[in-house]
Amino acid sequence: MQVFKGIKIVNGIGIGKIKIYKVPVYEINEALVSDQEAELARFEAAKTKVQEQQSALAEKERKDGREETAGIFDAHAMMLEEDDVIDEACKELLSEGHTAEYAVNKGCEAAEEVFKNMEDPYFQARSADVVDLKNSMLDVLFGNDTESLQGTEPAILVAEDMAPSETVKLDKSLLLGLVTRLGSSNSHTAILARSMNLPTLIQCQDISDDWDGKFAILDGYNSCIYIEPEQEIIDKLTAKQKEDREKEAKLQELKGKPSVTKDGQKVRLYANIGGPKDINAVIENDAEGVGLFRSEFVYLNSKTDPSEDEQFAAYKKVLEALAPRLVIIRTCDIGADKTIDYMKLDKEDNPALGFRAVRICLSRPDFFKRQLRALLRASAFGNLGIMFPMIISKWEVQECKKILNECKEELTREGVAIGKYEIGIMIETPAAALCADDLAEEVDFFSLGTNDLTQYTCAIDRQSANLERFADTHHPAVLRLIRETVEAGHRHNTWVGICGELGADPTLTETFLSMGVDELSVNPKSILPLRGNVRNVDLSGLKKNNNPEPKKESEVKAEAKTEAKPAKGFWGRLFS
Amino acid sequence: MKEFKYVITDPVGIHARPAGLLVKEAKNFKSVATFIKGDKSAKATALMKLMGMGIVQGDEVTVRVEGEDEEACAAAIEKFLKENF
Repeated sequence: MQVFKGIKIVNGIGIGKIKIYKVPVYEINEALVSDQEAELARFEAAKTKVQEQQSALAEKERKDGREETAGIFDAHAMMLEEDDVIDEACKELLSEGHTAEYAVNKGCEAAEEVFKNMEDPYFQARSADVVDLKNSMLDVLFGNDTESLQGTEPAILVAEDMAPSETVKLDKSLLLGLVTRLGSSNSHTAILARSMNLPTLIQCQDISDDWDGKFAILDGYNSCIYIEPEQEIIDKLTAKQKEDREKEAKLQELKGKPSVTKDGQKVRLYANIGGPKDINAVIENDAEGVGLFRSEFVYLNSKTDPSEDEQFAAYKKVLEALAPRLVIIRTCDIGADKTIDYMKLDKEDNPALGFRAVRICLSRPDFFKRQLRALLRASAFGNLGIMFPMIISKWEVQECKKILNECKEELTREGVAIGKYEIGIMIETPAAALCADDLAEEVDFFSLGTNDLTQYTCAIDRQSANLERFADTHHPAVLRLIRETVEAGHRHNTWVGICGELGADPTLTETFLSMGVDELSVNPKSILPLRGNVRNVDLSGLKKNNNPEPKKESEVKAEAKTEAKPAKGFWGRLFS
Repeated sequence: MKEFKYVITDPVGIHARPAGLLVKEAKNFKSVATFIKGDKSAKATALMKLMGMGIVQGDEVTVRVEGEDEEACAAAIEKFLKENF
């Protein structure tokens, strides 16, 4: 038995025979030719053919619901356009009298170098796109069909590197795993491996032609491949693979299924996100909306106070990509504990109880208005909820709404389009929970921030390690505040969600559902497991005893609004 | 000829994804738009050249537009930059 290390892209285990995947090496004639016109025509024909192939791959991927990889091939087709790097480099060589094959080979190498020499790893990884296009054009020029390289039996493929178009052309039903000597975690191959959830190792320096046909196990968990493994390893990893498959199959089955209890009570499962980078996670995990989009990233990623346009761009990106899902964006929640130089906040002895969130915003209306204007402008591009944090009094909500309305009037005067939006507040202070009846009159929804609500209710600093013994995340006082908030909300047609960590706690799912919570917003990875929990809950016994209230109108309204449909991925969206 | 300056605010700079859309936008016009940063320049329709300029957050680029519909083209590109970069 031999073991070799690499860098894993996807966890998971592949078991089977190895197939060495070798791209043909072409002999390219360096001699000059006299008929330059003919070579130029051959080059143009090959280029057009490859552009067509790439567009066809894009279409295939799009049809299979993989928008992100579809975007890669759209970009490839674009990279061969007239006047761009490849076209120019090749044509220069053709004008010197070289053959089309030679021009493509050398011209692409020059373009490859441009990217390889860039500092940014993102751009370095783009050199693989150029190689892909080069090989595809050479295949056309040499009249070679590369589709037979994979063989006809299920196998773990081992290759120097995999070009995106090669990876996509592979017959997935025969693919048990992928090992390459090159590649980076930014490469398209890695993106594709992730989207296919294929056990993959890259930068495995020791790959060898001798492996061809040997039995092997790719262990993504431990970033290694076993060649001719011992029986003990085979048994252990076969069992692990079986367990993974069962777990995954159960979660995948939950995609597209309603989040509804056995007795028919619905709850909306939303995701908590931190920025546009999380768009894919929302879609992949089949979240029905976004219950908490922390807008802090626009403030924390910036050296200066972020402009309205900057904020607008970020919000629009998320709203557009996730439409028609509801996306709730929480307004600025920075405070004295998150130090941002340009905010020039005083140091406080007790920052958790200090100058933070909406308290800053209401004290600095110009700063607040920049965000609200950006949000209102973004509302035209999707389904927006605006949420104000750290509320304790009704006047605060009224003042927030007043400033929001001023912004709306300004924008309307400027002729800017504004879409529909909902207004809500965080319930994260005992004051807000106890005054929920009053607050509900002002807003469309509540979202319970259980982390802060627990810390303020129990006077337990959630960052202090010494308090572990005293901290009780299921403290009856907190659960009671949650219940009363839900009841108060429903009395006023205000729907109520939970966006704190407690929302994902499987031991509380039934409790929250029996309280009538309308929405749970959790980190994207928790959505499908939570849906599994919800679907196992049966409240019919409880309901008989408690004589529950009928379903609220607001609940039905909101559900209709946020019906989950597959939305476009990141790559795809930007090319459509 | 129309010309304007723009400072990139996107944390990743001009990268493949929105760059593809920028190319599409630029292709809607007859005018030729050129991006200029220091001694480097690229047509707005050349994806790789644009990406190859290595434009990052904080860089100031000059956009020069020439052609019969330069007015509309410059306005569209400026709007696109503001919304995406």
